[in-house]
Amino acid sequence: MSPTVAVVGASLAGLSAARALRDQSYDGHIVVIGDEVHAPYDRPPLSKDFLAGTASLDDIALGAPDDEDLGLEWRLRTTAVGLDHVSRSVLLDDGSEIRADGVVLATGARARRLRGSEGLDGVHVLRSLDDAISLREDLAAAERLVVIGAGFIGAEVASTARKLGLEVTVVETQPIPLAGPLGAEMGAVCAELHADHGTRLLTATGVAGLVGVGRVEAVELTDGTHLPADVVVVGIGATPNIDWLAHSGVALGNGVLTDARGATNIPGVVAVGDCAAAWSASAERHVRIEHWTNALEQPATAAATLLGTGGPAPTPVPYFWSDQYGARIQFAGTRREGDIAQVVEGSCADRSFLVVYERDGVPAAVLGMNQPRLFTRWRRQLRSAVPTTS
Amino acid sequence: MIPVCPTTALPPGEATRVEADEPIAVFNVDGDFYAIDDTCTHQDASLADGWLDGCAVECPLHASCFDLRTGKVSGPPAKTPVRTHRVVVRDGMIYVQAETAADGAA
Repeated sequence: MSPTVAVVGASLAGLSAARALRDQSYDGHIVVIGDEVHAPYDRPPLSKDFLAGTASLDDIALGAPDDEDLGLEWRLRTTAVGLDHVSRSVLLDDGSEIRADGVVLATGARARRLRGSEGLDGVHVLRSLDDAISLREDLAAAERLVVIGAGFIGAEVASTARKLGLEVTVVETQPIPLAGPLGAEMGAVCAELHADHGTRLLTATGVAGLVGVGRVEAVELTDGTHLPADVVVVGIGATPNIDWLAHSGVALGNGVLTDARGATNIPGVVAVGDCAAAWSASAERHVRIEHWTNALEQPATAAATLLGTGGPAPTPVPYFWSDQYGARIQFAGTRREGDIAQVVEGSCADRSFLVVYERDGVPAAVLGMNQPRLFTRWRRQLRSAVPTTS
Repeated sequence: MIPVCPTTALPPGEATRVEADEPIAVFNVDGDFYAIDDTCTHQDASLADGWLDGCAVECPLHASCFDLRTGKVSGPPAKTPVRTHRVVVRDGMIYVQAETAADGAA
C-alpha cells in the first residue's frame, strides 16, 4: 500500500496542507476529511460580500482548476471522531477508519454560543457557509438586528446589515471594543465607525438573556432594558475543535499543542490553523492564532515537519484585516500592554491613517485604516526585522 | 504604447500604476520590468500597492499572490489570473503595450 497522509479538516488550513505536501514533492496518497457538505470555501466573505448577497458560492470557493492535479481523495460530510495514535488511524463517524503514515489536524474552531439560545429561531452565530446562508435569509425579512459582541465578526455583520438597510444595535460587555488586539486608544477609534454609519453601539453592557418563545423577540440587558430584535447575531469568539482528540494521547491545551514547526507530541501527527496552539519563542507560550493568513502559511511548515525536511522554525508576523463600513482595517505584528501607539500618517478623524506601536523604541506592530500601500511597506519592514530562530 | 516613466523613476522592488482602459501595474524586479493588470481579480485592490517578493506580488488587502511573469494565481483567495502586458524600454523610458481584454491571460 502506498504511504498515506490523512488531513482532518477541509477548510483553508486543510487545503493548504494538502497543497503544501504536493509542493514539497510528497507523492503518496492524501485523504482530506471534512465534516461539511461543501468543498473548501473562503470564510472572510461570509460576514461581508457573501452575507450582502454580492458574492456567490462560486466566488468564495477556494478550489482552483490546478487542484485537480493534486490527486486528493475527498471525504466530505464525514466527521472524524477519534484518533488511534498507536496505529495512527483516524476514526470516522460512519464507523470506518483511515490508517495513515502522517496525520494533519486542521479541524478549526467553532463559534461560541450564548447559553439559553438553543432552539430559539432568529438567533445566529456566523462561522460556516450554512450559518451565513441561514443568517442571510433571516436578515432579508428583518428590520431590527442586535449583535452581541463588538469584535471583528460582530462589527462586520453590523456593517453589512446597515448596508442592507436594517436598524442595528451592537452590545459589548467591554468598555472599549477591540481593546485586546488594538489597544484601548485605537479600539475606540475603530469603534467610531459604527456611529459614523448609524449603528448604535452600547459598550460596558452585559446581556442577561434572550426574550421570546419559539422565536427571539428581544435581548435583555443586565440593567433590565429590552432591546427589540427580529434577528440576533452572537459574535463572542470561537472554541477550537479538539474534543474529538480527548482520548487520543495528543497533548491538548487551548488547542492542539505543537512545537514551532507544527509537531504534536505524537510522531507523525501535526496540527495547523485555528485548532492549533503552536509554541511561540517570543511569547514564551503556546499561541493559538485564528487569522486567515496563519491558516494559509502554517501548513507549509507543518508539511515539511511531517516529511522530515523541516528547516529553521519560521517567526511569522501575524497579519489580519477587517473590512467594515467601506473602511479597510489592517493590522500586523503583536501588540502588548505598554506599547506606545503613534499616528505616523493621516488622521483618525479622516478615517485614513497609519499607526505604529512601539515597544522600547522599536516598531512592534502596525495598524492601518484605508492605507493599504503604506501599510504593506510597514508590514514588510516588521517581517524583515524579526530574526529567524532555530 | 503607453509611456510609464523613466527607468530611473522605478528602482528595483518598486511598482507604479498606469491609467489605461483597465489600470496596469508595472514592477521592477532586480532590473527586469513586468506589467500586469493592476486590479486584483479577487476584490477591488491595487496590486501596485502590493508586496513584491521575487517574481510574485501579494495583494495588499487579502494576500492573493500572482506570478508577474505569467499572471497566474500563486496564492488564494484569488482564482482568476491577471493579464500580463508587454513592457518595452526605449531610451531610458518604460512603455507598456496593453493587451486587449479579448487576449486575456490563459
